[in-house]
Amino acid sequence: MEKIRQLKRKFLNKLMLFLSLLAALYGLFWLFWILGVLCFNGFKYLSIELFTQDAGPPGLNIGGLRHAFVGHLIITILSTIIGIPIGLFAGIYYAEYGRNSKFFYVLKNITDVMVSTPSIIMGAVMYALLVIPLKHFNALAGALALAMLMVPVICVTTYEMLILVPFTLREAAYALGAYKWQIIKDIVLRSAKVGILTGIILGVARISGETAPLLFTAFSNNYLSFDIFKPMASLTVTIFNYTMSPYEYWHNQAWAASFCLTFFILILSLIAKFLIHYGNIFKNKR
Amino acid sequence: MFQKSPYIETFTRYFLGFWAVFTGFIFPLIIFLILFYESRLAIQKFGFLQFLTSTSWDPVRESFGALPMIAGTLISTFIAIIIAAPISIGIAIFITELAPSWLKGFVITCVELLAAIPSIIYGMWGFLILAEVMRNKVEPFLQTVLGPIPLIGKLFSGVPTGVDVLTTSLVLSIMIIPFMASVVKDAFNLVPSVMKESAYGLGATKWEVIKDVVIPYTASGIAGGLILSTGRALGETMAVAFLAGNVPQIPKSLLEPFTTITVALANQFTEADTPLYLSSLFYLSLILFIISFIILILAKLMVLRLEKRWKK
Repeated sequence: MEKIRQLKRKFLNKLMLFLSLLAALYGLFWLFWILGVLCFNGFKYLSIELFTQDAGPPGLNIGGLRHAFVGHLIITILSTIIGIPIGLFAGIYYAEYGRNSKFFYVLKNITDVMVSTPSIIMGAVMYALLVIPLKHFNALAGALALAMLMVPVICVTTYEMLILVPFTLREAAYALGAYKWQIIKDIVLRSAKVGILTGIILGVARISGETAPLLFTAFSNNYLSFDIFKPMASLTVTIFNYTMSPYEYWHNQAWAASFCLTFFILILSLIAKFLIHYGNIFKNKR
Repeated sequence: MFQKSPYIETFTRYFLGFWAVFTGFIFPLIIFLILFYESRLAIQKFGFLQFLTSTSWDPVRESFGALPMIAGTLISTFIAIIIAAPISIGIAIFITELAPSWLKGFVITCVELLAAIPSIIYGMWGFLILAEVMRNKVEPFLQTVLGPIPLIGKLFSGVPTGVDVLTTSLVLSIMIIPFMASVVKDAFNLVPSVMKESAYGLGATKWEVIKDVVIPYTASGIAGGLILSTGRALGETMAVAFLAGNVPQIPKSLLEPFTTITVALANQFTEADTPLYLSSLFYLSLILFIISFIILILAKLMVLRLEKRWKK
Protein backbone atom coordinates (compact mmCIF):
# COMPACT_ATOMS: atom_id res chain seq x y z
CA MET A 1 0.00 0.00 0.00
CA GLU A 2 2.75 2.40 1.02
CA LYS A 3 4.66 1.49 -2.12
CA ILE A 4 1.71 2.34 -4.36
CA ARG A 5 1.33 5.72 -2.68
CA GLN A 6 4.98 6.48 -3.22
CA LEU A 7 4.79 5.43 -6.85
CA LYS A 8 1.79 7.70 -7.25
CA ARG A 9 3.66 10.65 -5.76
CA LYS A 10 6.67 10.02 -7.96
CA PHE A 11 4.45 9.69 -11.02
CA LEU A 12 2.60 12.91 -10.23
CA ASN A 13 5.92 14.67 -9.76
CA LYS A 14 7.20 13.48 -13.14
CA LEU A 15 3.89 14.36 -14.81
CA MET A 16 3.76 17.92 -13.49
CA LEU A 17 7.40 18.60 -14.32
CA PHE A 18 6.78 17.23 -17.80
CA LEU A 19 3.79 19.56 -18.14
CA SER A 20 5.93 22.54 -17.17
CA LEU A 21 8.45 21.51 -19.81
CA LEU A 22 5.57 21.43 -22.30
CA ALA A 23 4.54 24.93 -21.22
CA ALA A 24 8.03 26.22 -21.95
CA LEU A 25 8.01 24.48 -25.34
CA TYR A 26 4.59 26.00 -26.05
CA GLY A 27 6.00 29.50 -25.51
CA LEU A 28 9.02 28.77 -27.71
CA PHE A 29 6.75 27.28 -30.37
CA TRP A 30 4.88 30.57 -30.91
CA LEU A 31 8.07 32.63 -30.81
CA PHE A 32 9.73 30.53 -33.49
CA TRP A 33 6.58 30.35 -35.59
CA ILE A 34 6.20 34.14 -35.63
CA LEU A 35 9.90 34.86 -36.15
CA GLY A 36 10.18 32.10 -38.74
CA VAL A 37 7.30 33.42 -40.83
CA LEU A 38 8.63 36.93 -40.44
CA CYS A 39 12.15 36.01 -41.58
CA PHE A 40 10.91 33.88 -44.47
CA ASN A 41 8.49 36.45 -45.87
CA GLY A 42 10.61 39.43 -44.89
CA PHE A 43 13.70 38.20 -46.71
CA LYS A 44 11.67 37.17 -49.72
CA TYR A 45 10.15 40.60 -50.25
CA LEU A 46 13.04 42.80 -49.14
CA SER A 47 14.19 44.95 -52.05
CA ILE A 48 16.07 48.13 -52.85
CA GLU A 49 12.88 49.88 -53.98
CA LEU A 50 11.51 49.50 -50.45
CA PHE A 51 14.02 52.05 -49.21
CA THR A 52 14.35 54.31 -52.23
CA GLN A 53 10.79 54.90 -53.46
CA ASP A 54 7.64 56.40 -52.04
CA ALA A 55 4.28 54.62 -52.08
CA GLY A 56 2.88 53.69 -55.45
CA PRO A 57 -0.78 53.92 -56.45
CA PRO A 58 -2.95 51.12 -55.02
CA GLY A 59 -3.16 47.99 -57.09
CA LEU A 60 0.00 48.60 -59.12
CA ASN A 61 3.14 46.67 -58.35
CA ILE A 62 5.44 49.64 -57.93
CA GLY A 63 6.53 51.84 -55.09
CA GLY A 64 8.33 51.48 -51.79
CA LEU A 65 8.12 52.68 -48.24
CA ARG A 66 10.80 55.38 -48.08
CA HIS A 67 8.27 57.90 -46.76
CA ALA A 68 7.28 55.54 -43.92
CA PHE A 69 10.88 54.80 -42.92
CA VAL A 70 11.75 58.50 -42.87
CA GLY A 71 8.53 59.45 -41.06
CA HIS A 72 9.01 56.73 -38.48
CA LEU A 73 12.56 57.90 -37.86
CA ILE A 74 11.49 61.53 -37.44
CA ILE A 75 8.63 60.71 -35.06
CA THR A 76 10.77 58.32 -32.99
CA ILE A 77 13.69 60.75 -32.70
CA LEU A 78 11.40 63.63 -31.80
CA SER A 79 9.61 61.67 -29.09
CA THR A 80 12.92 60.36 -27.75
CA ILE A 81 14.27 63.91 -27.46
CA ILE A 82 11.17 64.99 -25.54
CA GLY A 83 10.69 61.85 -23.49
CA ILE A 84 14.19 61.06 -22.24
CA PRO A 85 14.92 64.23 -20.20
CA ILE A 86 11.53 64.24 -18.45
CA GLY A 87 11.80 60.56 -17.53
CA LEU A 88 15.39 60.99 -16.37
CA PHE A 89 14.62 64.05 -14.22
CA ALA A 90 11.69 62.35 -12.54
CA GLY A 91 13.60 59.13 -11.98
CA ILE A 92 16.56 60.97 -10.44
CA TYR A 93 14.27 62.85 -8.08
CA TYR A 94 12.46 59.71 -6.93
CA ALA A 95 15.75 57.98 -6.22
CA GLU A 96 17.77 60.83 -4.74
CA TYR A 97 15.32 63.11 -2.97
CA GLY A 98 12.08 61.20 -2.59
CA ARG A 99 13.36 57.94 -1.22
CA ASN A 100 12.12 58.42 2.33
CA SER A 101 9.02 60.39 1.51
CA LYS A 102 5.63 58.67 1.54
CA PHE A 103 4.26 61.09 -1.03
CA PHE A 104 6.92 60.32 -3.60
CA TYR A 105 6.67 56.61 -2.83
CA VAL A 106 3.04 56.79 -3.91
CA LEU A 107 3.93 58.86 -6.98
CA LYS A 108 6.62 56.35 -7.95
CA ASN A 109 4.11 53.53 -7.78
CA ILE A 110 1.62 55.50 -9.85
CA THR A 111 4.38 55.95 -12.44
CA ASP A 112 4.85 52.17 -12.34
CA VAL A 113 1.17 51.79 -13.14
CA MET A 114 1.40 54.34 -15.96
CA VAL A 115 3.95 52.09 -17.69
CA SER A 116 1.14 49.66 -18.48
CA THR A 117 -1.57 52.17 -19.37
CA PRO A 118 -3.19 51.36 -22.72
CA SER A 119 -1.18 53.23 -25.33
CA ILE A 120 -4.26 54.19 -27.32
CA ILE A 121 -5.29 56.46 -24.43
CA MET A 122 -2.22 58.63 -25.08
CA GLY A 123 -3.37 58.92 -28.67
CA ALA A 124 -6.83 60.04 -27.57
CA VAL A 125 -5.37 62.63 -25.20
CA MET A 126 -3.05 64.05 -27.84
CA TYR A 127 -5.94 64.08 -30.31
CA ALA A 128 -7.81 66.34 -27.90
CA LEU A 129 -4.75 68.50 -27.14
CA LEU A 130 -3.17 68.99 -30.54
CA VAL A 131 -5.27 67.59 -33.38
CA ILE A 132 -8.57 69.29 -32.54
CA PRO A 133 -7.02 72.78 -32.03
CA LEU A 134 -4.87 72.52 -35.21
CA LYS A 135 -7.84 71.05 -37.15
CA HIS A 136 -5.78 68.38 -38.89
CA PHE A 137 -3.62 65.38 -38.03
CA ASN A 138 0.00 66.24 -37.34
CA ALA A 139 3.22 64.38 -36.63
CA LEU A 140 3.96 66.48 -33.55
CA ALA A 141 0.90 65.06 -31.77
CA GLY A 142 2.09 61.56 -32.61
CA ALA A 143 5.58 62.26 -31.32
CA LEU A 144 4.22 63.73 -28.08
CA ALA A 145 1.91 60.75 -27.56
CA LEU A 146 4.90 58.43 -27.91
CA ALA A 147 6.98 60.64 -25.61
CA MET A 148 4.27 60.41 -22.96
CA LEU A 149 4.43 56.63 -23.29
CA MET A 150 8.17 56.66 -22.91
CA VAL A 151 8.44 58.92 -19.84
CA PRO A 152 7.20 56.36 -17.25
CA VAL A 153 9.36 53.58 -18.75
CA ILE A 154 12.54 55.66 -18.53
CA CYS A 155 11.59 57.07 -15.12
CA VAL A 156 11.10 53.62 -13.59
CA THR A 157 14.28 52.09 -15.03
CA THR A 158 16.34 55.13 -14.03
CA TYR A 159 14.99 54.90 -10.49
CA GLU A 160 15.81 51.21 -10.32
CA MET A 161 19.34 51.73 -11.59
CA LEU A 162 20.05 54.64 -9.22
CA ILE A 163 19.00 52.82 -6.07
CA LEU A 164 21.53 50.14 -6.94
CA VAL A 165 24.37 52.64 -6.48
CA PRO A 166 25.83 51.90 -3.01
CA PHE A 167 25.02 54.54 -0.42
CA THR A 168 28.61 54.59 0.86
CA LEU A 169 29.71 56.18 -2.42
CA ARG A 170 27.37 59.10 -1.78
CA GLU A 171 28.45 59.36 1.85
CA ALA A 172 32.09 59.52 0.82
CA ALA A 173 31.31 62.50 -1.39
CA TYR A 174 29.24 64.17 1.34
CA ALA A 175 32.23 63.82 3.68
CA LEU A 176 34.32 65.77 1.17
CA GLY A 177 31.77 68.58 1.37
CA ALA A 178 30.11 68.06 -2.01
CA TYR A 179 26.70 69.51 -2.78
CA LYS A 180 23.90 67.14 -3.63
CA TRP A 181 23.78 68.25 -7.27
CA GLN A 182 27.48 67.58 -7.55
CA ILE A 183 26.97 64.13 -6.09
CA ILE A 184 24.16 63.41 -8.54
CA LYS A 185 26.21 64.64 -11.49
CA ASP A 186 29.60 63.20 -10.61
CA ILE A 187 28.89 60.13 -8.50
CA VAL A 188 25.42 58.74 -8.98
CA LEU A 189 24.86 59.33 -12.68
CA ARG A 190 28.41 58.35 -13.52
CA SER A 191 28.24 55.02 -11.74
CA ALA A 192 24.76 54.22 -13.05
CA LYS A 193 25.33 55.32 -16.63
CA VAL A 194 25.18 51.83 -18.14
CA GLY A 195 21.88 51.20 -16.37
CA ILE A 196 20.43 54.48 -17.52
CA LEU A 197 21.52 53.79 -21.09
CA THR A 198 19.74 50.45 -20.82
CA GLY A 199 16.58 52.21 -19.71
CA ILE A 200 16.76 54.59 -22.65
CA ILE A 201 17.26 51.72 -25.11
CA LEU A 202 14.28 49.87 -23.61
CA GLY A 203 12.20 53.03 -23.87
CA VAL A 204 13.10 53.48 -27.55
CA ALA A 205 12.35 49.81 -28.20
CA ARG A 206 8.98 50.21 -26.53
CA ILE A 207 7.86 53.20 -28.57
CA SER A 208 9.25 52.24 -31.96
CA GLY A 209 6.79 49.37 -32.22
CA GLU A 210 3.75 51.37 -31.15
CA THR A 211 0.90 51.83 -33.59
CA ALA A 212 -2.20 52.69 -31.62
CA PRO A 213 -1.20 56.21 -30.46
CA LEU A 214 -0.19 57.15 -34.02
CA LEU A 215 -3.38 56.04 -35.77
CA PHE A 216 -5.25 59.25 -35.16
CA THR A 217 -2.46 61.66 -34.28
CA ALA A 218 0.28 61.39 -36.93
CA PHE A 219 -2.12 59.52 -39.24
CA SER A 220 -0.47 58.61 -42.53
CA ASN A 221 0.34 59.92 -45.98
CA ASN A 222 1.83 58.61 -49.19
CA TYR A 223 4.74 60.91 -49.89
CA LEU A 224 7.97 62.02 -48.29
CA SER A 225 7.25 64.76 -45.78
CA PHE A 226 9.37 66.61 -43.25
CA ASP A 227 6.68 68.95 -41.89
CA ILE A 228 5.83 67.96 -38.35
CA PHE A 229 2.63 70.01 -38.42
CA LYS A 230 1.24 67.85 -41.23
CA PRO A 231 0.23 64.18 -41.24
CA MET A 232 3.25 61.90 -41.51
CA ALA A 233 3.52 58.23 -42.41
CA SER A 234 5.04 55.82 -39.92
CA LEU A 235 6.10 52.24 -40.50
CA THR A 236 3.63 50.78 -38.05
CA VAL A 237 0.55 52.61 -39.32
CA THR A 238 1.59 51.83 -42.89
CA ILE A 239 1.95 48.15 -42.02
CA PHE A 240 -1.56 48.27 -40.54
CA ASN A 241 -3.09 49.93 -43.61
CA TYR A 242 -1.23 47.72 -46.08
CA THR A 243 -2.14 44.50 -44.28
CA MET A 244 -5.81 45.46 -44.22
CA SER A 245 -5.73 46.30 -47.95
CA PRO A 246 -6.68 43.68 -50.55
CA TYR A 247 -3.49 44.09 -52.64
CA GLU A 248 -0.93 41.30 -52.67
CA TYR A 249 1.93 43.70 -53.41
CA TRP A 250 1.10 45.79 -50.35
CA HIS A 251 0.95 42.68 -48.17
CA ASN A 252 4.44 41.77 -49.34
CA GLN A 253 5.73 45.22 -48.56
CA ALA A 254 4.12 45.07 -45.14
CA TRP A 255 6.00 41.80 -44.49
CA ALA A 256 9.30 43.36 -45.48
CA ALA A 257 8.65 46.43 -43.33
CA SER A 258 7.62 44.29 -40.33
CA PHE A 259 10.81 42.29 -40.76
CA CYS A 260 12.96 45.44 -40.57
CA LEU A 261 10.99 46.88 -37.64
CA THR A 262 10.89 43.70 -35.57
CA PHE A 263 14.56 42.98 -35.92
CA PHE A 264 15.46 46.55 -35.10
CA ILE A 265 13.44 46.21 -31.88
CA LEU A 266 14.70 42.72 -31.03
CA ILE A 267 18.31 43.85 -31.49
CA LEU A 268 17.67 46.85 -29.21
CA SER A 269 16.21 44.51 -26.56
CA LEU A 270 19.15 42.15 -26.83
CA ILE A 271 21.61 45.06 -26.50
CA ALA A 272 19.74 46.22 -23.39
CA LYS A 273 19.87 42.71 -21.94
CA PHE A 274 23.56 42.44 -22.70
CA LEU A 275 24.21 45.82 -21.06
CA ILE A 276 22.41 44.79 -17.87
CA HIS A 277 24.47 41.61 -17.78
CA TYR A 278 27.70 43.45 -18.52
CA GLY A 279 26.92 46.10 -15.92
CA ASN A 280 26.42 43.44 -13.25
CA ILE A 281 29.71 41.72 -14.01
CA PHE A 282 31.39 45.10 -13.83
CA LYS A 283 29.88 45.80 -10.44
CA ASN A 284 30.80 42.44 -8.93
CA LYS A 285 34.42 42.79 -10.03
CA ARG A 286 34.68 46.14 -8.34
CA MET B 1 33.18 85.84 -3.61
CA PHE B 2 29.91 84.90 -5.20
CA GLN B 3 28.94 81.32 -4.47
CA LYS B 4 27.03 79.64 -7.30
CA SER B 5 26.67 76.19 -5.80
CA PRO B 6 23.88 76.79 -3.24
CA TYR B 7 21.72 78.33 -5.96
CA ILE B 8 22.34 75.43 -8.31
CA GLU B 9 21.48 73.18 -5.37
CA THR B 10 18.07 74.80 -4.85
CA PHE B 11 17.43 75.03 -8.56
CA THR B 12 18.24 71.35 -9.14
CA ARG B 13 16.01 70.31 -6.29
CA TYR B 14 12.95 72.17 -7.49
CA PHE B 15 13.56 71.52 -11.15
CA LEU B 16 13.84 67.76 -10.67
CA GLY B 17 11.01 67.89 -8.15
CA PHE B 18 8.71 69.53 -10.66
CA TRP B 19 9.25 66.79 -13.23
CA ALA B 20 8.83 64.12 -10.54
CA VAL B 21 5.46 65.57 -9.53
CA PHE B 22 4.61 65.98 -13.20
CA THR B 23 5.31 62.35 -14.07
CA GLY B 24 3.65 60.78 -11.06
CA PHE B 25 0.75 63.12 -10.46
CA ILE B 26 0.04 65.92 -12.96
CA PHE B 27 0.40 63.69 -15.99
CA PRO B 28 -2.16 61.02 -14.97
CA LEU B 29 -4.42 63.81 -13.74
CA ILE B 30 -4.18 65.66 -17.06
CA ILE B 31 -5.10 62.48 -18.93
CA PHE B 32 -8.15 61.99 -16.72
CA LEU B 33 -9.28 65.62 -16.92
CA ILE B 34 -8.89 65.89 -20.69
CA LEU B 35 -10.79 62.67 -21.32
CA PHE B 36 -13.47 63.76 -18.87
CA TYR B 37 -13.75 67.21 -20.45
CA GLU B 38 -13.93 65.87 -23.98
CA SER B 39 -16.59 63.32 -23.10
CA ARG B 40 -18.89 65.86 -21.39
CA LEU B 41 -21.38 65.86 -24.30
CA ALA B 42 -21.84 62.11 -24.16
CA ILE B 43 -21.97 62.09 -20.37
CA GLN B 44 -24.76 64.69 -20.45
CA LYS B 45 -26.67 62.88 -23.16
CA PHE B 46 -26.38 59.28 -22.00
CA GLY B 47 -25.43 59.49 -18.35
CA PHE B 48 -23.43 56.72 -16.75
CA LEU B 49 -25.70 53.69 -16.41
CA GLN B 50 -27.42 54.08 -19.75
CA PHE B 51 -24.10 54.33 -21.58
CA LEU B 52 -22.75 51.25 -19.83
CA THR B 53 -25.84 49.10 -20.39
CA SER B 54 -27.10 50.13 -23.81
CA THR B 55 -26.20 47.69 -26.59
CA SER B 56 -26.80 49.90 -29.60
CA TRP B 57 -23.83 51.57 -31.24
CA ASP B 58 -25.30 53.41 -34.19
CA PRO B 59 -23.40 56.46 -35.47
CA VAL B 60 -26.12 57.25 -38.03
CA ARG B 61 -28.88 57.62 -35.45
CA GLU B 62 -26.43 58.99 -32.88
CA SER B 63 -27.30 56.40 -30.30
CA PHE B 64 -24.25 55.16 -28.46
CA GLY B 65 -24.00 52.41 -25.85
CA ALA B 66 -20.78 50.85 -24.67
CA LEU B 67 -21.98 47.42 -23.59
CA PRO B 68 -20.86 45.50 -26.72
CA MET B 69 -17.36 46.98 -26.47
CA ILE B 70 -17.04 46.47 -22.74
CA ALA B 71 -18.37 42.92 -23.00
CA GLY B 72 -16.02 42.18 -25.87
CA THR B 73 -13.04 43.55 -23.95
CA LEU B 74 -13.89 41.56 -20.83
CA ILE B 75 -14.65 38.30 -22.67
CA SER B 76 -11.50 38.29 -24.79
CA THR B 77 -9.34 39.28 -21.82
CA PHE B 78 -10.91 36.62 -19.62
CA ILE B 79 -10.35 33.81 -22.12
CA ALA B 80 -6.80 34.99 -22.78
CA ILE B 81 -6.02 34.93 -19.05
CA ILE B 82 -7.49 31.44 -18.69
CA ILE B 83 -5.25 30.15 -21.48
CA ALA B 84 -2.17 32.08 -20.38
CA ALA B 85 -2.25 31.51 -16.60
CA PRO B 86 -1.39 27.79 -16.37
CA ILE B 87 1.16 28.10 -19.16
CA SER B 88 2.91 31.07 -17.55
CA ILE B 89 3.08 29.30 -14.21
CA GLY B 90 4.43 26.24 -16.03
CA ILE B 91 7.11 28.35 -17.73
CA ALA B 92 8.03 29.96 -14.40
CA ILE B 93 8.34 26.52 -12.76
CA PHE B 94 10.46 25.34 -15.66
CA ILE B 95 12.79 28.33 -15.41
CA THR B 96 13.20 28.43 -11.64
CA GLU B 97 13.12 24.77 -10.64
CA LEU B 98 13.77 22.58 -13.62
CA ALA B 99 16.01 24.01 -16.30
CA PRO B 100 19.77 23.50 -16.18
CA SER B 101 21.54 26.85 -16.06
CA TRP B 102 22.55 26.93 -19.74
CA LEU B 103 18.95 26.37 -20.83
CA LYS B 104 17.61 28.82 -18.25
CA GLY B 105 19.21 31.85 -19.90
CA PHE B 106 18.01 30.73 -23.31
CA VAL B 107 14.40 30.30 -22.22
CA ILE B 108 14.41 33.60 -20.32
CA THR B 109 15.78 35.42 -23.38
CA CYS B 110 13.18 33.80 -25.62
CA VAL B 111 10.34 34.81 -23.33
CA GLU B 112 11.71 38.36 -23.24
CA LEU B 113 11.88 38.44 -27.03
CA LEU B 114 8.27 37.28 -27.17
CA ALA B 115 7.44 40.35 -25.08
CA ALA B 116 9.50 42.64 -27.29
CA ILE B 117 7.74 41.79 -30.56
CA PRO B 118 5.49 44.76 -31.37
CA SER B 119 1.79 44.11 -31.12
CA ILE B 120 1.22 45.07 -34.74
CA ILE B 121 3.38 42.11 -35.76
CA TYR B 122 1.21 39.78 -33.68
CA GLY B 123 -1.82 41.27 -35.37
CA MET B 124 -0.43 40.98 -38.86
CA TRP B 125 0.79 37.43 -38.33
CA GLY B 126 -2.53 36.54 -36.74
CA PHE B 127 -4.51 38.06 -39.59
CA LEU B 128 -2.49 36.70 -42.51
CA ILE B 129 -1.27 33.36 -41.12
CA LEU B 130 -2.99 32.19 -37.95
CA ALA B 131 -6.54 33.17 -38.95
CA GLU B 132 -6.25 30.94 -42.02
CA VAL B 133 -5.02 27.99 -39.96
CA MET B 134 -7.80 28.55 -37.44
CA ARG B 135 -10.46 28.78 -40.16
CA ASN B 136 -9.39 25.73 -42.13
CA LYS B 137 -8.01 23.38 -39.49
CA VAL B 138 -8.50 24.20 -35.82
CA GLU B 139 -12.02 25.56 -35.72
CA PRO B 140 -13.70 22.83 -37.83
CA PHE B 141 -11.81 20.29 -35.72
CA LEU B 142 -13.06 21.86 -32.48
CA GLN B 143 -16.58 21.90 -33.90
CA THR B 144 -16.57 18.19 -34.73
CA VAL B 145 -15.01 17.22 -31.40
CA LEU B 146 -16.80 19.57 -29.00
CA GLY B 147 -19.88 20.37 -31.06
CA PRO B 148 -22.05 17.41 -29.96
CA ILE B 149 -21.50 18.14 -26.24
CA PRO B 150 -24.41 20.19 -24.89
CA LEU B 151 -23.59 23.70 -23.55
CA ILE B 152 -19.94 23.56 -24.60
CA GLY B 153 -20.99 22.75 -28.15
CA LYS B 154 -22.99 25.95 -28.29
CA LEU B 155 -19.80 27.95 -27.70
CA PHE B 156 -18.46 26.59 -30.97
CA SER B 157 -21.51 27.06 -33.16
CA GLY B 158 -21.45 29.23 -36.25
CA VAL B 159 -19.34 29.42 -39.39
CA PRO B 160 -15.59 29.29 -38.73
CA THR B 161 -14.11 32.49 -40.12
CA GLY B 162 -10.82 32.74 -38.24
CA VAL B 163 -11.61 36.36 -37.41
CA ASP B 164 -13.42 35.86 -34.11
CA VAL B 165 -13.28 35.68 -30.33
CA LEU B 166 -11.27 32.46 -30.23
CA THR B 167 -8.40 33.61 -32.47
CA THR B 168 -8.26 37.01 -30.78
CA SER B 169 -8.07 35.46 -27.32
CA LEU B 170 -5.42 33.00 -28.45
CA VAL B 171 -3.19 35.77 -29.83
CA LEU B 172 -3.84 37.91 -26.74
CA SER B 173 -2.84 34.99 -24.54
CA ILE B 174 0.45 34.58 -26.43
CA MET B 175 1.12 38.28 -25.94
CA ILE B 176 0.55 38.28 -22.18
CA ILE B 177 2.38 35.02 -21.40
CA PRO B 178 5.76 36.83 -21.19
CA PHE B 179 4.50 39.43 -18.70
CA MET B 180 2.78 36.90 -16.51
CA ALA B 181 5.66 34.42 -16.66
CA SER B 182 8.21 37.06 -15.70
CA VAL B 183 6.22 38.33 -12.70
CA VAL B 184 5.57 34.77 -11.49
CA LYS B 185 9.22 33.85 -12.05
CA ASP B 186 10.39 36.86 -10.00
CA ALA B 187 7.96 35.89 -7.23
CA PHE B 188 9.24 32.29 -7.24
CA ASN B 189 12.79 33.59 -6.90
CA LEU B 190 11.79 35.41 -3.71
CA VAL B 191 11.05 32.16 -1.85
CA PRO B 192 13.86 31.64 0.68
CA SER B 193 15.73 28.46 -0.21
CA VAL B 194 15.66 27.40 3.47
CA MET B 195 11.92 26.90 3.18
CA LYS B 196 12.26 24.75 0.09
CA GLU B 197 15.15 22.80 1.57
CA SER B 198 13.26 22.01 4.74
CA ALA B 199 10.44 20.56 2.66
CA TYR B 200 12.92 18.50 0.65
CA GLY B 201 14.39 17.36 3.95
CA LEU B 202 11.01 15.94 4.93
CA GLY B 203 11.07 13.85 1.77
CA ALA B 204 8.80 15.92 -0.43
CA THR B 205 9.03 15.57 -4.21
CA LYS B 206 9.79 18.58 -6.38
CA TRP B 207 6.15 19.00 -7.36
CA GLU B 208 5.05 18.80 -3.70
CA VAL B 209 7.56 21.51 -2.82
CA ILE B 210 6.20 23.70 -5.62
CA LYS B 211 2.56 22.97 -4.77
CA ASP B 212 2.76 23.23 -0.98
CA VAL B 213 5.62 25.68 -0.37
CA VAL B 214 6.40 27.84 -3.38
CA ILE B 215 2.90 28.54 -4.68
CA PRO B 216 1.24 29.32 -1.31
CA TYR B 217 4.21 31.52 -0.39
CA THR B 218 3.98 33.49 -3.62
CA ALA B 219 0.19 33.52 -3.98
CA SER B 220 -0.10 37.29 -3.89
CA GLY B 221 2.71 37.61 -6.43
CA ILE B 222 0.98 35.19 -8.78
CA ALA B 223 -2.31 37.03 -8.34
CA GLY B 224 -0.48 40.32 -8.99
CA GLY B 225 1.00 38.88 -12.18
CA LEU B 226 -2.43 37.70 -13.30
CA ILE B 227 -3.99 41.08 -12.70
CA LEU B 228 -1.08 42.94 -14.27
CA SER B 229 -1.50 40.95 -17.46
CA THR B 230 -5.25 41.54 -17.31
CA GLY B 231 -4.47 45.26 -17.39
CA ARG B 232 -2.16 44.73 -20.36
CA ALA B 233 -4.68 42.63 -22.26
CA LEU B 234 -7.48 45.15 -21.70
CA GLY B 235 -5.52 47.89 -23.40
CA GLU B 236 -4.14 45.82 -26.25
CA THR B 237 -5.16 47.46 -29.50
CA MET B 238 -3.43 46.47 -32.70
CA ALA B 239 -3.48 42.68 -32.46
CA VAL B 240 -7.15 42.81 -31.57
CA ALA B 241 -7.94 45.36 -34.29
CA PHE B 242 -6.84 42.86 -36.93
CA LEU B 243 -8.61 39.85 -35.49
CA ALA B 244 -11.82 40.99 -33.80
CA GLY B 245 -13.79 41.70 -36.96
CA ASN B 246 -15.11 44.99 -35.55
CA VAL B 247 -18.78 44.09 -35.32
CA PRO B 248 -20.45 45.86 -32.38
CA GLN B 249 -22.34 42.90 -30.95
CA ILE B 250 -22.08 40.79 -27.84
CA PRO B 251 -20.66 37.47 -29.09
CA LYS B 252 -22.81 34.44 -28.33
CA SER B 253 -20.28 31.90 -29.51
CA LEU B 254 -16.50 31.80 -29.65
CA LEU B 255 -16.63 31.81 -33.44
CA GLU B 256 -18.42 35.13 -33.83
CA PRO B 257 -16.78 38.46 -34.70
CA PHE B 258 -16.96 41.13 -32.01
CA THR B 259 -15.35 44.38 -30.99
CA THR B 260 -13.55 45.82 -28.00
CA ILE B 261 -13.12 49.31 -26.59
CA THR B 262 -9.69 49.66 -28.12
CA VAL B 263 -10.78 48.40 -31.54
CA ALA B 264 -13.71 50.80 -31.58
CA LEU B 265 -11.33 53.66 -30.75
CA ALA B 266 -8.73 52.63 -33.32
CA ASN B 267 -11.23 52.24 -36.15
CA GLN B 268 -13.62 55.08 -35.48
CA PHE B 269 -11.58 58.01 -34.19
CA THR B 270 -10.65 59.09 -37.70
CA GLU B 271 -14.22 58.88 -38.98
CA ALA B 272 -16.11 60.49 -36.11
CA ASP B 273 -17.88 63.36 -37.86
CA THR B 274 -20.29 64.72 -35.26
CA PRO B 275 -19.40 66.18 -31.84
CA LEU B 276 -21.54 63.61 -30.04
CA TYR B 277 -19.89 60.71 -31.88
CA LEU B 278 -16.42 62.00 -31.01
CA SER B 279 -17.47 62.67 -27.45
CA SER B 280 -18.77 59.11 -27.07
CA LEU B 281 -15.40 57.81 -28.25
CA PHE B 282 -13.67 59.93 -25.61
CA TYR B 283 -16.15 58.55 -23.08
CA LEU B 284 -15.10 55.04 -24.12
CA SER B 285 -11.43 55.89 -23.63
CA LEU B 286 -12.21 57.40 -20.23
CA ILE B 287 -13.89 54.14 -19.20
CA LEU B 288 -10.92 52.14 -20.50
CA PHE B 289 -8.49 54.39 -18.65
CA ILE B 290 -10.37 54.06 -15.36
CA ILE B 291 -10.81 50.29 -15.62
CA SER B 292 -7.18 49.64 -16.48
CA PHE B 293 -5.91 52.11 -13.87
CA ILE B 294 -7.88 50.43 -11.09
CA ILE B 295 -6.83 46.95 -12.18
CA LEU B 296 -3.17 47.91 -12.42
CA ILE B 297 -3.23 49.57 -8.99
CA LEU B 298 -4.69 46.35 -7.55
CA ALA B 299 -1.91 44.34 -9.18
CA LYS B 300 0.71 46.74 -7.85
CA LEU B 301 -0.67 46.49 -4.30
CA MET B 302 -0.54 42.70 -4.40
CA VAL B 303 3.03 42.59 -5.63
CA LEU B 304 4.04 45.19 -3.02
CA ARG B 305 2.49 43.06 -0.29
CA LEU B 306 4.60 40.10 -1.29
CA GLU B 307 7.75 42.21 -1.37
CA LYS B 308 7.01 43.65 2.05
CA ARG B 309 6.62 40.18 3.53
CA TRP B 310 9.87 39.12 1.98
CA LYS B 311 11.75 42.10 3.42
CA LYS B 312 10.66 41.38 7.02
